[in-house]
Amino acid sequence: MSKRHVSATVNGDPAEFLCDPGVTLLDALRDELGLTGSKEGCGSGDCGACSVIVDGRLVCSCLMLAAEAQGRRIETIEGLAQGGALHPLQQKFLEHAALQCGFCTPGLLVAAKALLDVNPDPSESETRYWLAGNLCRCTGYDKVIRAVMDAAADLRQERRA
Amino acid sequence: MSDVLDRPPAAPKLDVVGTRPIRPDGADKVTGRAAFGADFAMPGMLVGKIKRSPHAHARIVAIDTRKARALAGVKAIVTAADFPDLASEEYEGGESASNLRDISLNCMARDKVLYDGHAVAAVAATSSAIADEALALIEVTYEVLPHVIEVEAAMAPDAPLLNAKQFTEGLDSPPGRPSNIAKRNQLARGDLAAGFAAAEVIVEGRYTTAAVHQGYIEPHACVAAFGADGQCQVWSSSQGQFMVRTCCAKILGLESADIRVTPAEIGGGFGGKTTVYLEPLALALSRQSGAPVKMVMTREEVFRATGPTSGAVIYVKLGATRDGRIIAADVELKYQAGAFPGSPVGAGSMTALACYDIENFRITGWDVVTNSPKVAAYRAPGAPIAAFAVESAVDELALKLGADPIALREKNAVRDGLKAAYGPTYRNIGYVETLEAIRDHPHYQTRLGPNQGRGVAVGFWFNVGGESTAAVHVNEDGGAVVVTGNPDIGGSRVSMAMMAAEVLGLPVEKVRPIVADTAAIGFSMLTGGSRTTFATGMAVTQAAQKIVADLKRRAALTWDTAVENVEWRGGSAWYLDPAKPETKPLSLAELAAQSARTGGPLSAEVSLNAQGAGPGFAAHICDVEVDPETGHVTILRYTAAQDVGRAIHPAYVEGQIQGGVAQGGGWALNEEYVFDAEGRMENAGFLDYRVPVASDLPMIDAVIIEVANPRHPFGAKGVGEVPIVPPLAAVANAVRAAIGVRMTDLPLSPPKIRAAIDAR
Repeated sequence: MSKRHVSATVNGDPAEFLCDPGVTLLDALRDELGLTGSKEGCGSGDCGACSVIVDGRLVCSCLMLAAEAQGRRIETIEGLAQGGALHPLQQKFLEHAALQCGFCTPGLLVAAKALLDVNPDPSESETRYWLAGNLCRCTGYDKVIRAVMDAAADLRQERRA
Repeated sequence: MSDVLDRPPAAPKLDVVGTRPIRPDGADKVTGRAAFGADFAMPGMLVGKIKRSPHAHARIVAIDTRKARALAGVKAIVTAADFPDLASEEYEGGESASNLRDISLNCMARDKVLYDGHAVAAVAATSSAIADEALALIEVTYEVLPHVIEVEAAMAPDAPLLNAKQFTEGLDSPPGRPSNIAKRNQLARGDLAAGFAAAEVIVEGRYTTAAVHQGYIEPHACVAAFGADGQCQVWSSSQGQFMVRTCCAKILGLESADIRVTPAEIGGGFGGKTTVYLEPLALALSRQSGAPVKMVMTREEVFRATGPTSGAVIYVKLGATRDGRIIAADVELKYQAGAFPGSPVGAGSMTALACYDIENFRITGWDVVTNSPKVAAYRAPGAPIAAFAVESAVDELALKLGADPIALREKNAVRDGLKAAYGPTYRNIGYVETLEAIRDHPHYQTRLGPNQGRGVAVGFWFNVGGESTAAVHVNEDGGAVVVTGNPDIGGSRVSMAMMAAEVLGLPVEKVRPIVADTAAIGFSMLTGGSRTTFATGMAVTQAAQKIVADLKRRAALTWDTAVENVEWRGGSAWYLDPAKPETKPLSLAELAAQSARTGGPLSAEVSLNAQGAGPGFAAHICDVEVDPETGHVTILRYTAAQDVGRAIHPAYVEGQIQGGVAQGGGWALNEEYVFDAEGRMENAGFLDYRVPVASDLPMIDAVIIEVANPRHPFGAKGVGEVPIVPPLAAVANAVRAAIGVRMTDLPLSPPKIRAAIDAR
């Protein structure tokens, strides 16, 4: 079977790659574009380690075919920091020690970004349910939830200023 | 003269230890740059995959690889025939002993497959799709045998035998026939019969726990390159690069010097990455193909063929006086080992009564092979299972006596000077302090609503020391590099940097910690047993102290004085001679800049075998609410107090406690291996094997108690493991309080709770 040619916008920049029709977006990001920040923890959409934002919507990139990315706008963990400055979510994850092994962290950060994009003032409960698709086996989520809510507060402050 | 030169502080105040700096590997981990096992690639790399047994127990009659070999793009195929048939040899990796023959046979089955998912062949091909096609073309002829998975069924005299050459060790008289029971161990003290005869109150119960997986989110992954000159390189995610080197050398019959293992970042382990599964196969495939080979497990493979920890059956009988003194205990533990001997029943036995001062007891442990994946270490291996049963029984005892569960535990608590049930005499333990902390915590006083209950449980873990190496190098600008051989599984780099910074008198940001490959640093046992901050931290501290001694010597040389006149403080050498008050101190940067004139580079390496890891104790309170309609249990509030000796980085200590509680909560409520009638795992994925998610849990209040460990330079004890010990019983005891029924079989899934409510 011949490869598909896919053009998409990845982290704001035009990107092109060739892929077999059966290849997932996750594999294309990792193997074709060298964006290995998105992780494969399960390959079945259960762990969220491969979370990316496609046209503003949070998706598991292991559940989307790479060919479906044609013409889409994709945001990955590699695009979260702007020009060398960490995103407030990234900074708060560091300050709160919200990561231990760090493997689920890219997915959690992308999912949290998607949350704050639609809900700048989430309650603890809303944050927990939004992030329920992102498994973390190390932290017990306590510091993750605190970091996300603290970052949300900072971002609200920034917007007001 | 008011100069501080005259009055060096008597006891050094800690500037770095106990603070919460940002971890030095943090930026890479929040930006996606950190390279984990599957993130490494080499030019010309092949894809390696494993053919696995579909049977729980079968004889391998034949393996025909001809069709697969003929497929274009297939570059190598290996089976057990490509590995030496090893003799039995014990290997001490750092947490628990394993047998290298068993590790080899677990990596690749020879003659027999012992569980669904057992590897029988591996292929390397130019693409993932071709490798999959090749696996399908490998023809394996099996003679299917009866299988046994449940532990008591495997112990029965007529059970299907996994290994006809296995005779039970540790019995009073040598067994006449082979058995699935690999070993019996016993601990005893006093006169058990007399103890129970004197007891006024007796509680008794049978408890079971299901096999559960460590559940690290990163599947096992490695890249291996076997050079034409026999020099091998391995990049892999594991808890110990030296462990990987030893296992690969033994399993492939190579020299350790010919294998260099570079540790990738590790995406969780919890004990499950203290052994090898892929690396020897990848090296064998690379040797045959002449190209580097990458192997990455799927989640299904992780569940079917790695970990888990034992499912178990535990019998507990406790006898007490009416005033609440426990005077007799009989505990019998039967643990699944999986396909090869080596369940954590030994540690389960040793920890079972470690929190209690009991005059008469007997603990019997059975290590039983079963047709399920060979168990691997899982956080405080064996202890949570034993604690589930014992702590449930103590809760029953408290109910029967009408006693407060914390007061009952305080009354029977081990203290300094008492001999532990497992042998040694306790020194500098902080157990009673953890009980007092939860007793006095506001959580314990709050009122509960309908369908809610509160449970208390305690836990113990030995903590481990062992062999570690660390090097400290001072840079020409006065900063430093700390080199260790222990993979950073949960923030240990920052702790290493902090201890070095404390000794050197540097801000922690000026110390760069790295985890080195096996050729760049001396031997270290793996990261496990809660040993890294204690043992490797001790090596780091001593290496930094050697640097300080060297710096003082060089300052003395510069000042032309005796080294006794030099003090190291705040990152500088101070001249103590009162006759020369005007002498300016020499900073680390100044001494580093002139190192060529004082003896060359400033560098020190320390290798040690750390002894005296202080044991860890924890006391937990859990509140739950049970939905009587669905049987669903919600954890409402959780408080965990733990003696950590000294928290080097309190935030990561809290993180260990919170993570252990979450895992224990999953073990209590959701997680279990489910096998079908043919012995195949039915729930080998995160959808059906449900680990706790963010919406399942409340905030977890971690209460740090610090009873210093005098054997560690800053007082640290291991912290990572004991937090998973109490939660199983804390949750179950809370459920008992909520529904009025003692639940004895984990997990406490909704159907079981519903049935218990209906039957009450």
